[in-house]
Amino acid sequence: MLARSVSRFLHGRRGFYLALLLAPPLLWLGTVYLGSLFTLLAQSFYAIDEFTARVVPELTLKTYRQLVEHPANVDIILRTVVMAVAVTVASAVIAFPVANYMARYAGRRMKALFYVGVMLPMWTSYLVKVYAWRLLLAKEGIVSWGLTGLGLQSSLDRLLAVPVVGGPSLASSYIGMFIVFVYMWLPFMILPLAAALERVPQSLLQASADLGARPGQTFRTVVLPLALPGLAAGSIFTFSLTLGDYIIPTVVGAPGYFIGMMVYQQQGTAGNMPLAAAFSIVPIVLIAIYLALARRMGAFDAL
Amino acid sequence: MAAIELRDACRAFGPVVALDRVSLAIAPGEFFALLGPSGSGKTTCLRLIAGFDHPNSGQVLLDGVDVTDVPPFERNVNTVFQDYALFPHMNVADNVAYGLRVRGVAAAERRKRALEMLDLVQLESFADRRPTQLSGGQRQRVALARALINQPKVLLLDEPLGALDLKLREEMQSELKGLQQRLGITFVFVTHDQGEALSMANRVAVFNAGRIEQLDTPRALYTRPKTAFVAGFVGSANVVEPALAERLTGRAQAFAIRPEQIRILTDGAAPADHVSVEGVLEDILYHGASSRCHVRSDDGTVLTVAQAESGGAAKPPAPGTRVRIAWPQASAVPLD
Repeated sequence: MLARSVSRFLHGRRGFYLALLLAPPLLWLGTVYLGSLFTLLAQSFYAIDEFTARVVPELTLKTYRQLVEHPANVDIILRTVVMAVAVTVASAVIAFPVANYMARYAGRRMKALFYVGVMLPMWTSYLVKVYAWRLLLAKEGIVSWGLTGLGLQSSLDRLLAVPVVGGPSLASSYIGMFIVFVYMWLPFMILPLAAALERVPQSLLQASADLGARPGQTFRTVVLPLALPGLAAGSIFTFSLTLGDYIIPTVVGAPGYFIGMMVYQQQGTAGNMPLAAAFSIVPIVLIAIYLALARRMGAFDAL
Repeated sequence: MAAIELRDACRAFGPVVALDRVSLAIAPGEFFALLGPSGSGKTTCLRLIAGFDHPNSGQVLLDGVDVTDVPPFERNVNTVFQDYALFPHMNVADNVAYGLRVRGVAAAERRKRALEMLDLVQLESFADRRPTQLSGGQRQRVALARALINQPKVLLLDEPLGALDLKLREEMQSELKGLQQRLGITFVFVTHDQGEALSMANRVAVFNAGRIEQLDTPRALYTRPKTAFVAGFVGSANVVEPALAERLTGRAQAFAIRPEQIRILTDGAAPADHVSVEGVLEDILYHGASSRCHVRSDDGTVLTVAQAESGGAAKPPAPGTRVRIAWPQASAVPLD
């Protein structure tokens, strides 16, 4: 009886009904997401007082100056961006054939198997996986052991001898870190890519072939442009997740700092909240630039 | 030499036989229709010609050359797809020019030729629009222009008018026919609409359950259907089974009789060389230009009678009354 009169009251008051439905999620989004983001942004325009080590709540660009003028900080940003780009490109290259197979060639059961296979690793604890990789990649680990067994020990040594990216073992080199990053974020590339490829009608590929395009041409002129939104979505995941992560660089890889580690350290032990905030603005700005570029390249035209 | 020839083409999808030993030859310059209900094999047949699919056995020949295993991008055949399959990330001109682009024609030249093709379908002012900004009829024309830009010898059309509304469909029918006559190339189109097939095609292959039931001119299909299926699918027809046929004509062979050939006798006596049968008038359906009366004969066969509404034809009797209907002996078509 009550439900009925409520229904009757709401019927015809569409605006009120919508407001009622949207208020809780909007309140949540507005305060928790956007609110904290703006607080962060505001923090980065404060600076720390060198003597008292306390945050001075006055708007200043001092922290940003520190961020871009201090060579160590610039190094950290560049190192993180290069790693994020490398991880994104590698993920895209590995994910494309897998996603294409899932979307276009796999039968129903095979497809289900692939989706479960891609998502299954995500059900395991992130930390467990990172530490597991450290053991796998260690000097006495299974990767090294396997390569030695295959007689490829010298290739591994040569790889680890490469300056900058190499190191004493895979587990303590940027190569190892790169492998773990790609492993971690690959599902985030495969899933949107497969979804985008699934939306490309078979008839478009047939039309392309019908008009004389060889498979390679069809791929370049039809499949790839139409998969761009998925590629863009996936790369935003891989790119931003790499930019912000601090656990993988802490557990695996060379001793060089990454943005995430700096944020963690500055807001924690160092107590420099403004610098931590300024560091965390970097990924946001980079992603915004990346999205603008993707848009200009027509990644969202087919949406 | 035939422009297109299928020799004993078979295609099965698992246990489902889509095409069962189909052979046909289409002459250059013909406007040829593949007609049939869904699942009859007509679309599979078109896909074999386009090269999207390959027969399990049998051959496909284009201009006398065996192309059975030749991929679509090496066949001089182009297709207008049922959903038009326009590339959503390209504008109209780029869509039309696509066939030139993949052949390495320079950008300026392909733009010029694309605009010429768009002119042919009266869409030159839409060159820079996106396909999503066009109506169904306009998309269809773009698909047509795109398929014609490579100057194919054969144009395949898969249910080309299926997605259009009735009025547009009629316009496009005569437009397609005119275009085919101007270009002089072979058109092969798939349709489930018998009216479309009859009005546009020179010859029609009627498909049923993976086989060609009859391959004939539209007129012959309508006036001399060979099987009960063709009689029923092409236009409407009453099929009189052998038992009743024997009682009426003395021969135990099924025959078809078109509703418009049957009259309700008002004065009782059947004219000479007419066949007549008695039954109960069950109902009358008004169709505008004519009405359809269903008469159940005493053995249970329901016969449809078309009565012209104009021209002062006598009003049919009320439903439920006993009537005698008759048709000229010569207008009955014996069926296999």
